[in-house]
Amino acid sequence: MATTLSPAPSQVRTTEPRRNWLQTLTDSYILRKLLRTIFTIFIVTTITFFLIRLLPGSPIDIYVNQLVVTYSMPINEARDQAASLFAFDLDQPLYLQYFDFMGSLLQGNLGSSILSPGTQVSAVIARFLPWTIFSVGLGLIISFVIGMVLGVLMAYRRESFLDHILTVLSSVLSSVPDFLIGLLIVVWLGVQWKLLPIAAMRGAYSSNVQPGLNFFFIKDAFFHAILPISTYVLTSVGFWMLSMKSSTVSTLGEDYVTVAKARGLREQRIATAYVGRNAALPLFTLLTIRIGFVVGGSILVEQIFEYGGIGRQLGQAIGQRDYTVMQGIFLIITFSVIFANFFADILYGWLDPRIKLGVKD
Amino acid sequence: METVQDGFKAIWKSLKLLTYNKVGFIGFLFVLGVILMTYVGSNFVELDTKTKVDKIYMKPSAEFWLGTDHQGRDILSQIVHGGKDVIYVAFIAALLSTTIAVAFGTLSGFVGGWVDNLIMAITDVILTIPQFPLLAVLAAFISLSSLTFLGLLLGLLSWPSLLRSIRAQALSLKQRDFIEAARALDLGIWHIVFRELVPNMMPYIVVSFTLAMTGAVYAQAGLVFLGLVPISSSNWSVMIQLAWVRGAIFFKDSVWYIMSPIIAIALLQLSLITMTRSLELIFNPRLRASE
Repeated sequence: MATTLSPAPSQVRTTEPRRNWLQTLTDSYILRKLLRTIFTIFIVTTITFFLIRLLPGSPIDIYVNQLVVTYSMPINEARDQAASLFAFDLDQPLYLQYFDFMGSLLQGNLGSSILSPGTQVSAVIARFLPWTIFSVGLGLIISFVIGMVLGVLMAYRRESFLDHILTVLSSVLSSVPDFLIGLLIVVWLGVQWKLLPIAAMRGAYSSNVQPGLNFFFIKDAFFHAILPISTYVLTSVGFWMLSMKSSTVSTLGEDYVTVAKARGLREQRIATAYVGRNAALPLFTLLTIRIGFVVGGSILVEQIFEYGGIGRQLGQAIGQRDYTVMQGIFLIITFSVIFANFFADILYGWLDPRIKLGVKD
Repeated sequence: METVQDGFKAIWKSLKLLTYNKVGFIGFLFVLGVILMTYVGSNFVELDTKTKVDKIYMKPSAEFWLGTDHQGRDILSQIVHGGKDVIYVAFIAALLSTTIAVAFGTLSGFVGGWVDNLIMAITDVILTIPQFPLLAVLAAFISLSSLTFLGLLLGLLSWPSLLRSIRAQALSLKQRDFIEAARALDLGIWHIVFRELVPNMMPYIVVSFTLAMTGAVYAQAGLVFLGLVPISSSNWSVMIQLAWVRGAIFFKDSVWYIMSPIIAIALLQLSLITMTRSLELIFNPRLRASE
């Protein structure tokens, strides 16, 4: 392995800065990320539209068929009714329908529920989405913070008893599926040991409490959200601990840490200002992957605790084949995840300026 | 060509490397145990399908090692038989997603240029779509009654994060001396990719494969739990779903019925993940050579 090769000529080429307006535009980090976000949303919406319109046995055909068979409705009338529910005209050519769909989506019109006509899909979303953002967001933040602190601790006390215990614990927690942890909470804390009033904790808030910015409502909201949040924290914290540990271990070997030690800086200052900060950076790229995962898991977790969030609504809409509600909630969940990713990217670029300049990535 | 003796030697060497990491070895033994139980053990244990009204929710006894379910059937026999579907679907899914990830990840990292940009753009878009909601919505349109099809669908959606890490590996390997040397010798892209690049990524690929399996176990159990997979046969995920739908989890006596499949799935996941530590050692060409 003693072959020394001079770098290939292609690698030492110098890039002449030839800036035009397009380049200046794509050089802006935030703008680049924003363009990607919009592009992703466009792709997802397009795929969803064609999935619903073109797949054999599309929901619209099924619905029209159902109206004709069960209510012996004339086919034209049935199609009109379907069209009004899905918010686009079925008699137009496909590309016009597509523009229609996109247009009404931009206006926030997602059609109305099939099973309970008169209920706007956007109303369903406005009612249930905040609870999911509240519980999933809080769960993610808590697990991220705890995981980072414990991860640094594990890296500093490598091969100690604490490290071994925490490593085993985090491997176990991150390998058990989130909804199984939820089931375990219900089975053991709720049913077997009767430590928690599981039935009273269902829904997003109690019916006798008036929503508003007062102490009782906030307390009640936390009372109902505590089980989903705990589940998200329990299932995510192991992932963060292990990632933070390995990231910290590799940071500890960096030259600037050795230099900081040689300069005689206090151990605590090195741990927070030099090691911790740099080790945390790669975790933000993982955050983007994790958000989607936890949001996906919320469909199952909310089902188990019967929490009044959007995930449970999606599960029910899919179970009852309420296609308009399903489509609307799926789009909103996806948009939320895409935007969450966008903000994580912005945060990452702000924390690590090297990213903005395109040194990494 | 390897002779039979060389083959035995290689297997022996792998087994020795396997024991280097104790935790990984325990994981490996558990995975082996689960596979033996589902594929060999199921030939010896008969699936109990008889309803016995007088033996509902029995505690573990000499007759029923893990107790009985809501119809008085033996839980142990259901656990022994219930792993087949789960492992099969996970295997198919992991095979497909790892193949896609390795093929396009290496291509992307190695060729670079617009190919890289295109592949990464597609990957980033698919990566941001939350997988499980998409799967759940798709399950409402497509009938998932075929296990193979379910596995392929899971595999088709779960490659993006694998692809990104494979690409990163390919990018860093590309800079190494031995790849530069192979290029200088003009050995051709097929030789470089399959004889130089992939063997060096093998530990990584095998670990990714195992992790992809755990992802697929999660996704299929979740889909079954939502009642979106019309599979009639009894398997671990179906057992959990039935216990949930019938409200069995709210009975104090049914704890053995609900806990058995949960522990089975959790143990499978945990041992697959810990096994990766030993797999890394086995498939690392450098470690093999130094032995």
